[in-house]
Amino acid sequence: MRIAVFMKQVPAYSQGNMDEKTGVIIRTGLPSIVNVYDLAALETALRIKEKIGGEVVVFTMGPDKAEDVIRDAFAMGADDGYLICDRAFAGADVLATSYTLTQALKSTGNFDIILCGKQTTDGDTAQVSGAVAKWMNIPHMNWINELLEITERDIQVKCQLDGRLSVIQAAYPCLLSVEKSIFTPRMPSLKLKMASRKKEIKRITLENLSDKDENNYGLKGSATRVRKIFPPERTAKRDVVTKDGKEASQYILKILNNLDTCEEGE
Amino acid sequence: MNISEKVHSSSGILVYFEIFKNEIRPVSFELLGEAYRLSKKSNEAVHIVAVGKDIDFVREKIKGFPVKSAYLYETDKFFQPDIYEKALEDCIDKLNPSIVLIGGTAEGRALAPRLAVNYRTGLTADCTELDIDENGNLLQIRPAFGGNIMAKIVTENTRPQFATVREKVMQPVKPDFVENTDFLVQNLDVEESSMKILNIEDTAEEDSIVNQNILVVAGRGVKKKEDLDMLRELAELLGGKLASSRALVEKGWMTHKEQIGLSGNTVCPKCMITFGVSGTVQFMAGMKTTPNIIAVNSDPNARIFEIAHYPICADLYDVVPELIKSLKGL
Ligand SMILES: Cc1cc2nc3c(=O)[nH]c(=O)nc-3n(C[C@H](O)[C@H](O)[C@H](O)COP(=O)(O)OP(=O)(O)OC[C@H]3O[C@@H](n4cnc5c(N)ncnc54)[C@H](O)[C@@H]3O)c2cc1C
Ligand SMILES: Nc1ncnc2c1ncn2[C@@H]1O[C@H](COP(=O)(O)O)[C@@H](O)[C@H]1O
Repeated sequence: MRIAVFMKQVPAYSQGNMDEKTGVIIRTGLPSIVNVYDLAALETALRIKEKIGGEVVVFTMGPDKAEDVIRDAFAMGADDGYLICDRAFAGADVLATSYTLTQALKSTGNFDIILCGKQTTDGDTAQVSGAVAKWMNIPHMNWINELLEITERDIQVKCQLDGRLSVIQAAYPCLLSVEKSIFTPRMPSLKLKMASRKKEIKRITLENLSDKDENNYGLKGSATRVRKIFPPERTAKRDVVTKDGKEASQYILKILNNLDTCEEGE
Repeated sequence: MNISEKVHSSSGILVYFEIFKNEIRPVSFELLGEAYRLSKKSNEAVHIVAVGKDIDFVREKIKGFPVKSAYLYETDKFFQPDIYEKALEDCIDKLNPSIVLIGGTAEGRALAPRLAVNYRTGLTADCTELDIDENGNLLQIRPAFGGNIMAKIVTENTRPQFATVREKVMQPVKPDFVENTDFLVQNLDVEESSMKILNIEDTAEEDSIVNQNILVVAGRGVKKKEDLDMLRELAELLGGKLASSRALVEKGWMTHKEQIGLSGNTVCPKCMITFGVSGTVQFMAGMKTTPNIIAVNSDPNARIFEIAHYPICADLYDVVPELIKSLKGL
């Protein structure tokens, strides 16, 4: 059983602001972490491996320092890891990202199960996994919260989608994107961490892919363009009232009492 | 067809009508409303596509709405991305629309990326605002990079332009049009999928923050996890629930189900009281249609005050205990 996991490095907290005069994004040197949803995906892969055996291979696309993702994955028990890194891959949207991930995956052989997180906490589209499944032309099961059964041939999972709970079965190869709640990721082990220190992190560059046309990757291969970034308009609706605790409390209660009689804020 | 021909020849705005338990999801009507507003700008027609069992019922439901043509695909299969996409592909191939709008629901997010890849085109998730420029490009506006930055995203060279929008972000229109909708009803014939649905259960969502009349919302202004207890008590006294910004979810104090915002839930209670929420665009994207917003923040320049109907500059630690005292009649 070969199991692939896609993991992404993201900023540790979602904060960021824009200098409204210069239009420049203020990047406050935030530390990077592994996208939490992807840790759940890795944990799922490790559980599958523990159940029926196999090999867990992690893929991450990003700059050099995204290597940390692979190191973290090794410390949790991943067998192998690839950093997908090339200048040509930078600036990719959903279409180009999913294409690059698919090409990278294919360059290393066939997989039975591919795992993704439900979403990233920076890009936050929850769309890349579905796009990868389409490029691979394999079934994909979105937002899985529970693993029910797993055999050499197929997998049974539970997913909760907008008011409906489904039990789904798929034969391999297939792609699963998982909810954070599916499993609590294990703590990295110091022993594994030490052991993996000398482990090689393999690199995948444009050269390694079967499609070497750089027009299909990164910014060039993206169908969308950011035309402009701007701060949202500031338009105050009402004057701010300043109050002490007691006054504010009375004021709020009055508003609440009047709600039934008027529909929208006065 | 070369690229620019495709861009020029495509026309019309197609809205995916999502069916759930033989009903049309409200987000579909919201998208239809937005499609209609866009269509007036670009002089294009609005079409819908729907897939499901006894799909003919959609005919009645869209009476009076501005729909030029409706493509209805009959199937007794529950939603599966690889099956339903065939219906949409068939419709898109026939119609050659310039824009396709899909709800940012679980189903929409399974479908949209597959279609975007199929047509090798752009997809912008969770748009909070849409517009059309003079060249017919869809201007897709959504928050980016965290904090308070908006990005205007376009898909210039490929068609269709796919965008998803979450529930309660756009406004529906009233059905007072006299439109002669053309109906194309057909069976969706597909091969068996390699995926099988073994069981399906409908689950209740009553307890969710989405279905409340009143929400008390905690933000990073809350200093300690224990302080959430008083806010929860307040919510209960008011007959509502406690929700939060993403800041407290990142700290692990609240759950993702309780989060409001772009990457959480979109809510529209009758009334909301926020305490110590600054009002990032991502947060506001999930609550700005709320008709009564009371905001308590100690910073007179907090952004939340821009959309609050009742902006109150005060310390939450002074206000909340007072409110609880009064509500308990002490
Ligand atoms: C991809 C992505 C998606 C995101 N999605 C979401 C989302 O879905 N939901 C969301 O909320 N955010 C989202 N964000 C934004 C991000 O998480 C913000 O950090 C978060 O919204 C900030 O929450 P906050 O307003 O509670 O905290 P802060 O911005 O830190 O604001 C705290 C506020 O509390 C006030 N305050 C402090 N002390 C007191 C006091 N004693 N009394 C009264 N007021 C006080 C301060 O004046 C300040 O305004 C997203 C970001 C990214 C990158
Ligand atoms: N750059 C990347 N490298 C590896 N995996 C990624 C990358 N971007 C997205 N993914 C995978 O796709 C999932 C969904 O991402 P997104 O659509 O960006 O929210 C993530 O949880 C990852 O599993």
